[in-house]
Amino acid sequence: MPYPTDRKYTKEHEWITADGTIGITTHAQDSLGDIVFVELPKVGTEITVGKPFGTVESVKAVSDLFAPVSGTVTTVNEALATAPEQVNKDAHAAWMVKIKVKDPAEMNSLLSASDYDKFVSEEAGH
Amino acid sequence: MKHITRKATRHISQNEGLIFEKSSPGKAAWKLPPLDVPEVDTAKLLGKQERKDLGDMPEVSEIEIIRHFTRLSTWNYAIDLGMYPLGSCTMKYNPRVNEFVARVEGLANGHPYQAEKISQGALRIIKTLSDCLLEITGMDAITLQPAAGAHGELTGLLLVRAYHQSKGNARKKILIPDSAHGTNPATAATVGYAVENLKSNDRGMVDVAALAAQMNEDVAALMVTNPNTLGVFEQEIHKIAGLMHDKGGLLYMDGANMNALVAKTRPGDFGVDVMHLNLHKTFSTPHGGGGPGSGPVAVKKILEPFLPTPVVITKSDGTLGFEYSRPQSVGRVRAFYGNFGMFIRALAYIFANGPDGLRQTTEDAVLNANYIRKGLEGIYDLPYSTPSMHEVVFSDKLQSKKGVKTMDLAKRLIDYGFHPYTTAFPLIVAGALMIEPTESEPKEELDLFIEAMKSIAEEVEEDPQFVLDAPHNTRISRLDETAAARKPVLRWKPETA
Amino acid sequence: MTMRYLPKSPADRAAMLQAIGIRSVDDLFSPIPAEYRLTRDLAVPRQMAESEIVDWFKQRAKENGEGYTSFLGAGAYFHYRPVVIDALVQRGEFLTSYTPYQAEFAQGTLQAIFEFQTMISELTGMELANASMYDGSTGAAEAVMMAVRITGRQSAVIARNLHPEYREVLNTYATHQAIPLKTVPFTDAGQIDLKELEKAVSDDTACVLIQSPNFFGTIEDVEAIAEIAHKRGALLIVSIAEAVSLGIVEPPRTADIVAMEAQSFGVPLGFGGPYCGVLATKEKFVRQMPGRLAGQTVDKNGKRGFVLTLATREQHIRREKATSNICTNQALVALMVNIFMTVYGKIGLRELAKQNLAKAAYAADQFSKHAKVRFTGAPRFNEFVVQTSEDPYAINSRLLGHKIVGGLPLKKFYPELGHAALWCCTELTTRSMIDTAVGLVAESERSVLSKDAEPEEVTR
Repeated sequence: MPYPTDRKYTKEHEWITADGTIGITTHAQDSLGDIVFVELPKVGTEITVGKPFGTVESVKAVSDLFAPVSGTVTTVNEALATAPEQVNKDAHAAWMVKIKVKDPAEMNSLLSASDYDKFVSEEAGH
Repeated sequence: MKHITRKATRHISQNEGLIFEKSSPGKAAWKLPPLDVPEVDTAKLLGKQERKDLGDMPEVSEIEIIRHFTRLSTWNYAIDLGMYPLGSCTMKYNPRVNEFVARVEGLANGHPYQAEKISQGALRIIKTLSDCLLEITGMDAITLQPAAGAHGELTGLLLVRAYHQSKGNARKKILIPDSAHGTNPATAATVGYAVENLKSNDRGMVDVAALAAQMNEDVAALMVTNPNTLGVFEQEIHKIAGLMHDKGGLLYMDGANMNALVAKTRPGDFGVDVMHLNLHKTFSTPHGGGGPGSGPVAVKKILEPFLPTPVVITKSDGTLGFEYSRPQSVGRVRAFYGNFGMFIRALAYIFANGPDGLRQTTEDAVLNANYIRKGLEGIYDLPYSTPSMHEVVFSDKLQSKKGVKTMDLAKRLIDYGFHPYTTAFPLIVAGALMIEPTESEPKEELDLFIEAMKSIAEEVEEDPQFVLDAPHNTRISRLDETAAARKPVLRWKPETA
Repeated sequence: MTMRYLPKSPADRAAMLQAIGIRSVDDLFSPIPAEYRLTRDLAVPRQMAESEIVDWFKQRAKENGEGYTSFLGAGAYFHYRPVVIDALVQRGEFLTSYTPYQAEFAQGTLQAIFEFQTMISELTGMELANASMYDGSTGAAEAVMMAVRITGRQSAVIARNLHPEYREVLNTYATHQAIPLKTVPFTDAGQIDLKELEKAVSDDTACVLIQSPNFFGTIEDVEAIAEIAHKRGALLIVSIAEAVSLGIVEPPRTADIVAMEAQSFGVPLGFGGPYCGVLATKEKFVRQMPGRLAGQTVDKNGKRGFVLTLATREQHIRREKATSNICTNQALVALMVNIFMTVYGKIGLRELAKQNLAKAAYAADQFSKHAKVRFTGAPRFNEFVVQTSEDPYAINSRLLGHKIVGGLPLKKFYPELGHAALWCCTELTTRSMIDTAVGLVAESERSVLSKDAEPEEVTR
């Protein structure tokens, strides 16, 4: 499945664009099933690379959202509070938070679209 | 339906709406006797605190109430109807004499604050049950205060913390096996301990080498369930206890699976320092749709000074009383003395059994589980070959090749007249089927269960979609849990009627 | 030896052993190391016949004040229990059913919970309620922890006239969660001191916790307290121990969380438990609320049904990050409460509460002629405090001789109140019982105040 090339990816199935918009991948929403709730941090919160900054809930499970890079939250997608199903409909369009990236160099350790694609297929093969 | 089931038949059941949909002004199910004291002017007495209106509370007659709840009850499954194969729940027979003696007037109407002089009956019940439970567990002291298993775990960990604090270092962590029930880590966190995961070995038991590596002076206790949630007895339990004690730690046992141990072995004998019991599992008090339970906590002598207050004591004149002055106590974990009504029921159960009955009960429980294991071996995948005690865990590995998972198999089992087993737990087995029949099941019921599970396995091969669409015979099928979580509707409102 | 609850004959067991392929059931216990296998009988009482079990407990009941008249309240109340309650809850489908995780097989339980949630929220003036907590005391403690989670603040302010045992429980929970507690005193009217409350609430206060009617039976000015709490961004939690009060006393609509004890609604006194705690709150806080919740939904054919929902708050999913470790709740007891609320309903609950109010008002009035009734400056429900010249323990000792259980002596909780006791009257307290009790107390007051009084034996 081709993943959009305008962004980078993490092994925890988040994506981030160059301007600091973060969401989760279609693969992630597919494994989670119907999403019922998304818990996001408030504007102004500092998030740290690799650490959880929110959660995504399905009926029977909760998954942490891990920060792809460090930064400060500037905007939160409030629409997800009342319509979490948007993430299922189009995960790559349903952004969750926008951050002011602290250190752009951190982006370099993230996966490209093709690397993420390969990673997902390998994981599925287990 | 693909296969004929012998246990259950589709049957006409009554429909029934919400009680508010029957409500109509002027109907009443109550009548109070005339007031024998002067009437009061509520407006004068209460002023702005007077409530004028009880809003949408219902008004219905007595027959409507009887019909309403009777109809609702017919939609439930229950132990009185058949087996619940739920793992670690110990859904055994709830004896009716328990209900009778709990309702005897002096006990049912006893106020917790009435003078000790007229509470000797209740105190004697508490003491007798305590003595019996200490004998059964091999421990030294006990509190009956906790209201349920999880509450007992909380109390147990408070005792652990108090003990370590008295030694100068509360310590920081609790080790919990990855097979543990969710209440274990939830409780540890409530008490302010960090949770550290302990892996199971390839036989499904505590990895003793891993424990040796992870045990240090930062660890306050290990919370173990024995037999564990796979139904397997921790054969190295003494080594496990030794590893904990060598570094000054304590061994906590979750007593949920005591049904495999009563009268055959005692946790106090194999190194446990503190444990909780579930009276609503092992000791036959009814589940009642989710509670009440009771979670007594039994301890070794070293933890006795920290027990919650009050403690029952025998006074110099031979009467029983409550002692409140316990300087090292962790305090109270609830008001009053515990779920006393459940003490009565549990004690009646112990009386009805006696020593031989208790032993035979445990033997039958383990026999039943192994009979099911033998009957379904080869048809369902058995992830661990270790011997099962009172419960057996299969997995959906063979069936998932056809896209059918444990939850789907469970839903199809409902069409056969059985409540599902525990699905998807313990977490260490992917697609688990956790089955505990208890001793209350006759051979006939076990055979029907085995037959049903075999039949479903065949259906998975022949027509997996049919299983995926189950249940087919119930009033309600596959409720939309997603919608219920996205837009929760948690009460009735008149506009939406 | 026969065991009536075991449905297997020796032939059954033999057939099963053969099917498994073992010779004896002992083989199945070989995983237990030999040194721990019991080789003796447990030293528990010998097996009893059913008639013996019944006799044993009946004897205990006789030793437990059977047939006495009680004036005790203090968090556990003696009200009439309509007989339909036991007729219904003893149905096997309710009594012996499991937690309704498999919704298709438990719609009866789930719909009953949904109705319970509806009626509790209606009565408490909140937007929603859960399916129950263990009791009022642990419910109050869980409410405080909920407020801490919601506000992100770390301390709580509590009223001194909150039930003393509830405060003890809170202390136990709060110590381990590192939540410092500040206690606010009460005034001569028996209500929380609003000036002191204002001083105690700070920007680090997660919540203010009060009880209304409070431990003395006095009704608090909830709106005024709410204002003080909300002004500083703290939540207001109101604990209600006497549920019947909700029939005639305005519910705490300005509270953020109500932590109730519903025992008065059809749950037997039972020497302290099992009781029925409930939490009720506003919709915006639901995800931080512990305890099970039944939600309405539809099935694949569009039929209305009910399921346990928002389970991701709970221990079986969130494990160490759960809102609480609670698993088993008080379901069957909540069903008793449900049926009680349905029997009395909109009009009956009010009439019931009015009778309670009238009985207590009469009793307080009668007592005031012979002793001092405290806290007269504020409205009360069905409890009141009486101060006597004689030690209440001595008075109660004498009352016991007449098979009357007097009010709860308060010295051990509130030493400054001296010889004070907490008396409770419900719809079951008759005028003649009140007159007898008052007469005996009056007599004892007269004899103490007269010069030739003999010192009495004090027993507890």
